[in-house]
Amino acid sequence: MDSSQFFGISSIAYILAMVVYIAYLVFRNSMVGVTATVITAIGFLSQTAAFIIRWKEFYDMSQMGLLRSIPLTNLYESLIFFIWCLILGYLIIEWKYKNRSFGAFITPIAGMALAFIDISGMDKSIHPLVPALQSNWLLAHVTMSFIAYATFAISFATAIMYLAVSTKDKKSGAYLFWTVSLGIFAAVLIAMGIDFLAFKVAVKSPEAFIKSYLFKASFRSDSGFIAAFSYFATAAFVFLIWRYGHGLKKLITSFSISEDMLDDLTYKSIAIGFPIFTLGGLIFGAIWADQAWGKYWTWDPKETWSLITWFVYAFYLHARFLRGWRGNKIAMVAVLGFVCTIFTYLGVNLLLSGLHSYGGQ
Amino acid sequence: MSDKKTGKGIVDRIWDVFSSIKLAVVVFSLISLTSIVGTVLEQQADPEKNTQLLVKMFGIGHDPAHSVLGVLESLGFTDMYHSWWFMALLFIFAANLVICSIDRLPRILKAVNEPVKPLSPEQFKVMTLKREVVLKERLDSAKGTMEAALQKAGFKAGVSQEDGSLQLYAEKGRYSRLGVYVTHLSILLILIGAVVGLFLGYNGSLNLLEGTSSPVAYMGKGIEVPLGFEIRCDDFDVSYYDNSDTPKSYRSWLTVLDNGREVMKKEIEVNTPLKYKGITFYQSSYGYSPNQDSLFRFTVTANDGKKQDTQLKFGQAFEIPGTKVTAKVLDFSPALSMDQSGKLFTYAEMMNNPAVFLEFAEEGKHKYNQWILKRYPETWRVQDGMVEFKDLWGAQYTGLQVRKDPGVWIVYLGCIIMGIGLYAAFFMSHARIWVRLREEKSSTRVDIAASSNKNKLAFEQKIEKLVKSVMSPKS
Repeated sequence: MDSSQFFGISSIAYILAMVVYIAYLVFRNSMVGVTATVITAIGFLSQTAAFIIRWKEFYDMSQMGLLRSIPLTNLYESLIFFIWCLILGYLIIEWKYKNRSFGAFITPIAGMALAFIDISGMDKSIHPLVPALQSNWLLAHVTMSFIAYATFAISFATAIMYLAVSTKDKKSGAYLFWTVSLGIFAAVLIAMGIDFLAFKVAVKSPEAFIKSYLFKASFRSDSGFIAAFSYFATAAFVFLIWRYGHGLKKLITSFSISEDMLDDLTYKSIAIGFPIFTLGGLIFGAIWADQAWGKYWTWDPKETWSLITWFVYAFYLHARFLRGWRGNKIAMVAVLGFVCTIFTYLGVNLLLSGLHSYGGQ
Repeated sequence: MSDKKTGKGIVDRIWDVFSSIKLAVVVFSLISLTSIVGTVLEQQADPEKNTQLLVKMFGIGHDPAHSVLGVLESLGFTDMYHSWWFMALLFIFAANLVICSIDRLPRILKAVNEPVKPLSPEQFKVMTLKREVVLKERLDSAKGTMEAALQKAGFKAGVSQEDGSLQLYAEKGRYSRLGVYVTHLSILLILIGAVVGLFLGYNGSLNLLEGTSSPVAYMGKGIEVPLGFEIRCDDFDVSYYDNSDTPKSYRSWLTVLDNGREVMKKEIEVNTPLKYKGITFYQSSYGYSPNQDSLFRFTVTANDGKKQDTQLKFGQAFEIPGTKVTAKVLDFSPALSMDQSGKLFTYAEMMNNPAVFLEFAEEGKHKYNQWILKRYPETWRVQDGMVEFKDLWGAQYTGLQVRKDPGVWIVYLGCIIMGIGLYAAFFMSHARIWVRLREEKSSTRVDIAASSNKNKLAFEQKIEKLVKSVMSPKS
C-alpha cells in the first residue's frame, strides 16, 4: 500500500467518527463513545503510517539523509501534517478531560480537509530541497512551528466557542468581534479551497502557491466581477453568521461543553504552543538563519510578524497571570493571536513580499 | 506596583512607571505597530521602489507618494530597525523587563528559599484540595504505606510529630517558580548579545573568483574591512539533482593564508561555514564571469587506456595520449540546451550545464567536431577515446557573506537559557503535599491536603491516583 491509500482510510475514518460522535452525544451510550474514539484512533494511526511511508519514499528518492527527508516541503504535505497535529491535540484533550464533545467538531474538519486535499489534485511527485533548506535546524524549525500553529488553531477555535457561548447581546462588541472574525476566517478558508480546486496547486511550495495562486480564483481574480462578487459574498456570509450566531451557542451547549472548560482549553493550548513557538519558531529559525547566512535576525517581514505574534501571546499570558484577565477580554486576545499567526504564515508572503516584488517591476 | 501612596520621590515614581505592566503593553504595542510599517516599507531600499509601493497601496499619484515617503524617511521609517527611536523602544523594553523582575523577585526568592513546612490545623482547614482516607492498620504501618505512596509519586517526605498524630509533608519543583525570571533573563541576554554584535562586529561580503585571494571584505557601499589574513578561493562548484536544474549543493574550496602561510583548508557549503580568528565565511551566492585566463580542465583517456589530465585556455589544443589526434577548444556554452528543431542555444547565464565544443584533428587534418557536456558522461565518448570535461576553472566566483560577531555566543547562551526557563515556566509546577495521620482505634485516619501553582486539574488527578493506590492494595 502506498501513502495515499492510508490517507484515504484516514479521511473515511474521520468522517465515520463524526457520525459516531454525534450518535454518542444523542444516545449518551459509553460503548458508542468508545467506538467513536477507536475509529478516530484508527484514522490517526493510518495517517501516521501514511506520513512515515511518504517520509520513506522521500528518503529513498532524495539522497539527503533520513532527518532532512521529512515530508514537509510543500503545501499539500504541510496541510496534512497540520491535520495530524490537530487530531493528536484532540485525542489528548479527550483523554485528559474525559470529554468527547469536541470530537463531533474536530473529526469532520479533519476528514473533509483530507478528502479535499486528495481530490484537489495531490501529486505523488516529491521535489528535492535546494541547498539552503538542507539543515537539521530547519527541520526542527518547521515541525515545531506547525505543532505550535496547530495548538494556536485549537486555542482560536475554543476562544471563538467561548465567545459564542458567553455573549448574549447582538450589539455587544464581543459578539460583533467573534462573528466577524469567524466569518472572515471561514471566507478565507473557502476562498483557499476554491483556489485548490481551480488550479490544482496543492503540491506547490507554500511560498509559490501564495504568491501566484492564493485568492486568484476569488478576491484577486483577474475578472473584476468575480473579485467584487467575492467581497460581496464574504460580507453577506459575515452578516449571516452575525444574524444567526446564537445557533452556534445552542449547538455548543447542547454538546455539554461549558464556558470554564473552553476558557481552560484556550489557555492550555496557548501554554503549550507558546514555548514551542518560541523555541521552534523563533529560536530554531534564528539558529538556522545564522548557520546558513550568518545573520540570526534581519527584521525581514516574516521574522517581524513572528515576533508580533509572539508579543500577542506573551501579552495573553501576562494579562492572565498578572492581571487576572478572564472571560471575553482574554478570549479576544487569543483570537487576535491566531489572526497574527495566520498573517505570519500567509499574509506576509501574499501582501508584503508580494507588494515588494510587484513594486520593483 | 499598584499601591498609590502619596508623597513618593521622583526616583520611586520612575521606578513605578518602569515596573508597571502597562508600560510593557505600551512598548509591546509600539514595537509591533511600528514594525508593521517596517514590514510594509522595504528597508534600506531604493526610494523609487517604496514610492511605487505607496502609489500601489493608496492609489495616490507619484509626486504625493514621493513627499509622503520623504516624511517617512525623515522619521527613520525607511531604515527603522536601526533608527534611534526603535533602539530606544528596545531599550525601554529591556529596562521594563529588568525592573519588573527586580520588583517581584524578593517575593519569589522568599517563596523559593522557604522549604515546605508542616501545616497547622487551621491552615489545613483552608486548603482547597483535600482528601480523606481511613486505613485499617496501626499508625506506624500507615506511615510506611503513605511514605511509600508519596515516594512513588515522586515526593520525599519529611515527618513531624504532633501530640497523638503524625504529619508527613513534601514538595517538588520549588525552583520552577523561577522559570519566568529565567525566561526574562534570557531575553535580556539575547538583547545584550545583539548589542555586542552591533558595536564590536560587522557584516560584510566578498566575491572571490576561483584562484584569487583577498585580504579584505566589503561592507555596505564598498567600505573595505581588513580581515587580518588572506582568504583564497581554490574552486567553486554547483551540483544539481539528476537531470534537473534544481541545485543540490553550492560548494567552495577555501584556503586561509596567514602571513603568507597556508593555515587552513576547508570545503564550505550553505549551512557549513568556515571560521577563522572569529571571522566566519558563509556560502551565500555565486556568479559567472569568464575571462582570458579561465582554464578548461579535461581528463583524457585513449582507446588503449592511457590516461592524462590536461588544462588549457580557450582556442588551445591538447593531444589524446599515445595518438596523433589533437582536440582544440572552439566554443563554450555555460548552459547548453537544444530547442525543438534541434538547434543548440544557451539557456542561462550561469554554468548550469557547461559544454565545450571540440574540434578533433589528426596530423593537422580535420577529423570531426563534438560537444562535450560536463554533466552528461554519455557525451564524453569520442571516436578516439574518452574526453571527460571536468571544469572551466577560473570562470566562476563564489559569493561569501563575511561576519564577525563576538556577541553571537551571548545570544546562543540566551537561547539555551530561554529553553530551560520556558520549560520550567510552562511544563513544571511547584507541588506541595501534606498528610496528617491520626490513630483511631485500630485503624488510622489519613487527611491529605495538597496544592500546586500550575496545572491544577492534572495535579488533582495525580492526588486521586495516590489516594486510590493506598486504599486498594490491602482490601
